[in-house]
Amino acid sequence: MDLQTITYLVVGASFALYIGIAIWARAGSTSEFYVAGGNVSPVMNGMATAADWMSAASFISMAGLISNMGYGGALFLMGWTGGYVLLAMLLAPYLRKFGKFTVPQFIGDRFYSKSASTVAVLCLLTASITYIIGQMTGVGVAFSRFLGVSSETGIYVGMGIVFVYAVFGGMKGITYTQVAQYIVLILAYTIPAIFISLQLTGNPIPQLGLGSSLVGHDVSLLTKLDSVVTDLGFGKYTTSLPGSKLNMFLYTLSLMIGTAGLPHVIMRFFTVPKVSDARLSAGWALIFIAILYTTAPAVAAMAKMNLIRTITPGVVMQDANPYAADSQIKGDERPDWMRRWEKTGLLKWEDKNGDGRIQYYNDATKNPEVLKNAAAAGWKGNELTVNADIIVLANPEIALLPNWVIALVAAGGLAAALSTAAGLLMAISSAVSHDLVKNIFMPNISEKNELLTGKISMAVAIVISGYLGLNPPGFAAGTVALAFGIAASSLFPAIMMGIFSKKMNKEGAIAGMLAGLFVTLFYVFAAKGIFFIKGTGYLDLIGGPNSFFGVTPEAFGAVGALVNFVVAYLVDKVTKEPPEHIQALVESVRIPRGAKAVDGAH
Amino acid sequence: MNDSGKAYWSATLGLLTKVLIVWFLVSFGAGILFADALNSISLGGYPLGFWFAQQGSIYIFVVLIFYYAKKMGEIDRRFDVHEE
Repeated sequence: MDLQTITYLVVGASFALYIGIAIWARAGSTSEFYVAGGNVSPVMNGMATAADWMSAASFISMAGLISNMGYGGALFLMGWTGGYVLLAMLLAPYLRKFGKFTVPQFIGDRFYSKSASTVAVLCLLTASITYIIGQMTGVGVAFSRFLGVSSETGIYVGMGIVFVYAVFGGMKGITYTQVAQYIVLILAYTIPAIFISLQLTGNPIPQLGLGSSLVGHDVSLLTKLDSVVTDLGFGKYTTSLPGSKLNMFLYTLSLMIGTAGLPHVIMRFFTVPKVSDARLSAGWALIFIAILYTTAPAVAAMAKMNLIRTITPGVVMQDANPYAADSQIKGDERPDWMRRWEKTGLLKWEDKNGDGRIQYYNDATKNPEVLKNAAAAGWKGNELTVNADIIVLANPEIALLPNWVIALVAAGGLAAALSTAAGLLMAISSAVSHDLVKNIFMPNISEKNELLTGKISMAVAIVISGYLGLNPPGFAAGTVALAFGIAASSLFPAIMMGIFSKKMNKEGAIAGMLAGLFVTLFYVFAAKGIFFIKGTGYLDLIGGPNSFFGVTPEAFGAVGALVNFVVAYLVDKVTKEPPEHIQALVESVRIPRGAKAVDGAH
Repeated sequence: MNDSGKAYWSATLGLLTKVLIVWFLVSFGAGILFADALNSISLGGYPLGFWFAQQGSIYIFVVLIFYYAKKMGEIDRRFDVHEE
């Protein structure tokens, strides 16, 4: 069977599974719609959380980014996992004890203020909508590459599938499809990695393979990779840093705090029966996430190795000199997968020196040795550009794995994007139907009508996100930074202070959220333009790019969070204490006993 | 809050502090600040600092959460605030 047919079969089967689950798990009450009835087991919820969390960015982009960044790529690995420790200890169990449907509802009740809850809704909507654009474009990319249809058609099909299980099943449908999607995506990620690890190191476990020696050599894979990439002018793989240590530190911290503060992740912990389950469930979620996140660095390093092996076949295993005249492959003889990816524009070969061979090196290097070698060999610049996004998707093809593995990767990429999109849609629709419609505009709405409102806002959210996926506002790449920045600088500190400080009042919390949000947006927009509109940046105003101690905009969320805490503390000191019953509420949130089923009552 | 309530909360905060110290040391400490120094030691084919940054910290995070969940369960029962 050819690749196209197998891909259609595998992806079709996975979609049939999701729809089957959707039919089985329809939501009949607001409790089922918002929190899956509140009786999901901690392990199941852990698996659903893992799928919810691991987006197109984790599945498709992350290993590619690490592959390019080397050691520094660890900021994604630590940042996107370390946040679960914070979530498990600082937020999840207490919010579960609080026992309401949404994150803004906690902020509104704890700070006895509808303004506070409205600010939280705004932060939630901005963070979730920007995040969802990336998922939709991810669906489009996977479809156009693997199923031979346009990315528009891909997005329509993706919207249709999500519509079926999210609108009819709510959180219940989403939870059980996410469990299935986790299984699909983790198989799709690990199976190629196992094959590749075996090929390169003889060790089937990628996490160990990365620390092993190359097949037939007594030099370790990482040592070899370090020497091969430095020969080609790239930074040494195991030590290369993104900017400064301070930047890496803050970037990691921002991702951790942002992870803990993202509403679509937090709300998954409302679906477990008990407070102790919420703690455990965070641990299970991290186990399931760690399976992918500890495989990713192996995929990254091995893909880099395989790419260099493809372009200069003798260099890795036979220690050939990459600059020798016939070391590089001839352009005409380049493998089929390269031609296939060239069509998508994500891989480009340009024969700059007209020798008919492909030269792949870092032509911007400052290493005089490399420049001398390149000049002596008659190289006129790097001829191959590889988009980070294709490292995972093309990995099985680069390693010449069988077609069914390639088909599985396609299904996995789609599962990752769809599961995260559904979780985000859930966060958006519950904020709209519960926090805006019920809480602010129509407090007396019946349960049946609230459920209907939830379904309608879900459907509208799907259409909007589909539209944004089809017409990405030109800033899709920058949006994840924004989502994390907002979650880190506004939501996380507010929730944490709501639990850990009995005396924090509404004035402090609102001022803190607004200050954190403003500072973060101000810094991000300075570099990237106001709402990412090109040409509206104002870098001169803040003294040039990364002017704050060399910190990049992506790493700024942690600074925003600090501003939030400080402003909240200062404002709290000069305004009056929260009322007695709020302090009693905080005390009751802190102890597990008396936790009841999650509901939407006020 | 009564005395038992205060003691429960301070036991909780004590556990939290311990876990956060380890959390910080393995990721920001071993994975970033001291990574260069640790790289001179190797763990199999891994330089140790690199291992902490790209593998070890994640494993330890998992252990930390389960440790926290277990210890919190014990604290809940000791102060008789656990769920029935």
